[in-house]
Amino acid sequence: MMNQIVQGILLGGYYALIACGLSFMFSVMRIINLAHGSLAILSAFALWLLASRFHISPFLGLVIVLPLMAVIGWALQRFLLERSARGGALLPILTTFGLAIVIDNVLFEQFGADTRSLAPFIGSLSYDSWEWPGSIYVGKLAVIIFVAAVVLLGGLQLFLTHTGLGRSIRATSEDPDTAGLVGVDARRANTIAAAIAMVTVGLAGAFLGMRATFDPYAGATQLLFAFEAAVIGGAGSLWGTLIGGIVLALAQTLGATVHPQGFLIGGHVAFLIVLFIRLYTSGLGLRGLLGLAAGKAS
Amino acid sequence: MSLSVEDLVVRHGLLQAVRGVSFSVERGETLALVGANGAGKTTLLRAIAGAHQAASGRVVFDGADLSGVPSHERVRKGVALVPEGRRLFVQMTVEENLLLGRTAGRSGDWSVERVLETFPNLKPRRHAKAGHLSGGEQQATAIGRALMSNPELLLLDEVSLGLSPLVVDRVYASLHGLISSGTTIILVEQDLNRALSVSNKVICMLEGRVALAGDSRNVSRDEVTKAYFGLHRKGAGGVPA
Repeated sequence: MMNQIVQGILLGGYYALIACGLSFMFSVMRIINLAHGSLAILSAFALWLLASRFHISPFLGLVIVLPLMAVIGWALQRFLLERSARGGALLPILTTFGLAIVIDNVLFEQFGADTRSLAPFIGSLSYDSWEWPGSIYVGKLAVIIFVAAVVLLGGLQLFLTHTGLGRSIRATSEDPDTAGLVGVDARRANTIAAAIAMVTVGLAGAFLGMRATFDPYAGATQLLFAFEAAVIGGAGSLWGTLIGGIVLALAQTLGATVHPQGFLIGGHVAFLIVLFIRLYTSGLGLRGLLGLAAGKAS
Repeated sequence: MSLSVEDLVVRHGLLQAVRGVSFSVERGETLALVGANGAGKTTLLRAIAGAHQAASGRVVFDGADLSGVPSHERVRKGVALVPEGRRLFVQMTVEENLLLGRTAGRSGDWSVERVLETFPNLKPRRHAKAGHLSGGEQQATAIGRALMSNPELLLLDEVSLGLSPLVVDRVYASLHGLISSGTTIILVEQDLNRALSVSNKVICMLEGRVALAGDSRNVSRDEVTKAYFGLHRKGAGGVPA
């Protein structure tokens, strides 16, 4: 049991990484980016391309891919999300859904349906492990991913609370109109936030490629995990994302010990339980939610 | 510093909230904007700050036409608004709210320390979240945040709204200090006596138009009250529009 808990916590680090960007974009721009998973896969393919064609290690490849992801984030916000957000809350969701389909199919056209992995390009790191007391084996890569998640979340937290740009991003997320009245360029703040979110997505995609296999249509699953971790941890809360990732991963790991299919089901059950608890503690309740839906329908 | 508002029209959808308003303010002057609820005072102030786009007319600041200039750029040029309802960032501390005021990057004398000296009630609350402050503390933070941008023109919208008389006295005491330091101020205020006591110019608005404009020393309270209710007759001390 202790082994499962340790593995679950370490896996939670990866989920925190993938959920971090989704949560960040939602909290700052109020946009649910349904292309999140596909963009992570795009990053993984970019690293795979650099490694397989140009023999650039995936870790070194991050120096190229992460700035590219930042540029993609900047362009997405400036040319797509900003414009679609003017059409209401639903339009950005539909836009990013469409974007996910475009990315998935472009990747399929370019790379085919074969599954790939970055594991062959990182040597023994993909399978090396340390033995902890009690015959618990922890993968070195899993520890690196967990540490990367903690460092990233901590760095983001410091950036948001201790820098002028971070304060501007927080002000924009809280009240963009008033942010403008105190001298904050809300448009610039949103664009930088989107670039930061894409860098975190790029990093998550890299670690996904190192620890597992991926194919052009793997984005939807990653989006689901990111969404579940973000909701469990409380969308918009950085450290909550880490807790959400750990809870999701623990539920999956423990679910897998019950039944081979229990990995995914365990995570979904944990997500639903937290969702229902949130609904009831928010004072809305399921009945209220249904009433609201009925009221809107009528 | 000079501000010139020329035949300004601002709409909220189909409603014309400001209808061809013109006036000017010179350096060091304090203009009081008075009028009933819905007269267009707040909309006018927000249009000067860039929060509302004008349908027609111009706002000229220091000789530059501000039409189409976004609000954050206007702060950079020296126009700062203390909005109605304070509109603080409630998840941030007092200090963080004040530091945000420096985003525009204008050089000047205002610092967090000076704001805390000006509003001593904020000193012990420096690291408290803005959402946990009293009304008076919130108002002081909102004014301090605007001052941190080192403005040449300070727009104050209903600074006494919802505050106890004692707190209003404190806020106005600090305003007197700002006025004597030469800061140009446009003040929207419901309390006529206070508005006339701190200003040297007064404009009374009615249904989006200027109903009365004049020198605060020469306009009687009675004249302003009549203009307030649309009863002003030509030939009084002020200049009816």
